[in-house]
Amino acid sequence: MPLLTRLTGDEKHAPSAFSTLDVLWVLYDRVLRVDPHRPDDPDRDRFLLSKGHGPAAYYAVLAAKGFLPHDWLDDLAGADSPLGHHPDRLRVPGVEISSGSLGHGLGLGVGTALGLRAQGRLEPRVYVLLGDAELDEGSNHEAIAYAGATGLDTITAVVIDNRSASHGWPGGIASRFAVHGWTAVTVDGRDHDAVEAGLKQAAEGAPHVVVAVVETKGS
Amino acid sequence: MRQAFIDTASALIEQDPRTALVLADISAAAFEQTALKHPDRVLNVGIREQLMIGVAGGLALTGLRPIAHSYATFLIDRAYEQIKLDLAHQGVGAILVSVGASYDGSSAGYTHMSPMDVQLIDTLPGWTVHVPGHPGEVASLLTTATAHDDPVYLRLSTQANDIAYADAGLLRPVRHGTKALVVAVGPMLAPVLEATRGLDVTVAYTHTPRPFDTTGLRELAVSGNIALIEPYLAGTSAHVVSAALADRPHRLLSLGVTRRDLHSYGTPADHARQHGLDPTTLRTSLTTWLP
Repeated sequence: MPLLTRLTGDEKHAPSAFSTLDVLWVLYDRVLRVDPHRPDDPDRDRFLLSKGHGPAAYYAVLAAKGFLPHDWLDDLAGADSPLGHHPDRLRVPGVEISSGSLGHGLGLGVGTALGLRAQGRLEPRVYVLLGDAELDEGSNHEAIAYAGATGLDTITAVVIDNRSASHGWPGGIASRFAVHGWTAVTVDGRDHDAVEAGLKQAAEGAPHVVVAVVETKGS
Repeated sequence: MRQAFIDTASALIEQDPRTALVLADISAAAFEQTALKHPDRVLNVGIREQLMIGVAGGLALTGLRPIAHSYATFLIDRAYEQIKLDLAHQGVGAILVSVGASYDGSSAGYTHMSPMDVQLIDTLPGWTVHVPGHPGEVASLLTTATAHDDPVYLRLSTQANDIAYADAGLLRPVRHGTKALVVAVGPMLAPVLEATRGLDVTVAYTHTPRPFDTTGLRELAVSGNIALIEPYLAGTSAHVVSAALADRPHRLLSLGVTRRDLHSYGTPADHARQHGLDPTTLRTSLTTWLP
């Protein structure tokens, strides 16, 4: 949190930044097999922030884990800063994809998982973080359907649910994945142990989704 | 051209473990045997063109060389933002291979036409665009493209010239004259040669409009009169030609597919006539314009 408060500038997506904070911390502190000294290790796990909005928490976690210098946080979105309101993989160590426009990360994640499998790299897991409103983008559903139909079991989607989708998800978000063959679990997005347990429930033969429920946007 | 692509891509999948193919149902049957042998590198995502490009981007992020293929209108027009963001913006490339160029699919109507594809790609930085004019040019262009990681668009057509030119990455003169330089891109060479028969003009051919051979253009455009004949939207390369000749007086005639939605079917020849790209209309346009 001290690193988050260090971030300056006009963060346009503050609710997005804070809604992801606990999940990001659990991922980087307990789950992801990544090394800031070897950010290009081909056998690393991949974390793709599809919901590129509000990356303040992402930057703070990357700084805390040694991927980038703490003083980079002092000039968020400045003219000379590598840290923008949407992350750029070519400028920030440890960032796997440049994102911001919604609905791109899951397709890239499916391709990344397929590419690793095609090269016999079966250990790395691909994690993609999305928002519940981002699921409005139809491109996500192309990826959900295909990953489920092909049993792509090296990918985990994490959906931060702060009820910000304009028309909601009647029946629940998890069911939208489950109907396509994903294993799905819904957890308290602020409970670190629950998030960790949810992430580790992935099973062989199916992609996995963790729906992390946090406070309603604006509450 | 499509069969040349299928044969070459199948061989590349067989020979090069770095090559992967992503399909969205189109041409899937033609790659069925290759897919059975290499299911991890021949991927049919179904009719999901946004995902096709996203998957290509993801494959490239892991070090593979993806080829994505469909009709131009689905591959380029529908998936434009994925092409913009999931490939070069990520610092990776892919080879996009289309069929159904411009009005090749005329009998299917405007939904299956994409005369604007090269112009859309031209809005993005760093792309190489190949528009072969003969099936014999396809294999080498595709094979060369798999040897690097940059973004490449290979636009295949059912329209073809009589002769394949292996050395047409740069402007290749095929007829010499003094009054004008007529540049024919891809399958426009055959109608251009017919249209300019007996005229005192140089005709130069290229199958690679991006990067455009501006050095060759400056050498060949000594008359200052340049006619640019492209098989996609008229004027797509006009800005490149104008920039390359900005320091000398010149006249530029840009011909290609017009921006009209004809709301008609028929054959590609019917559409070529309606867009002014048949030999007779081309000759009229050129002789009216020539000094």
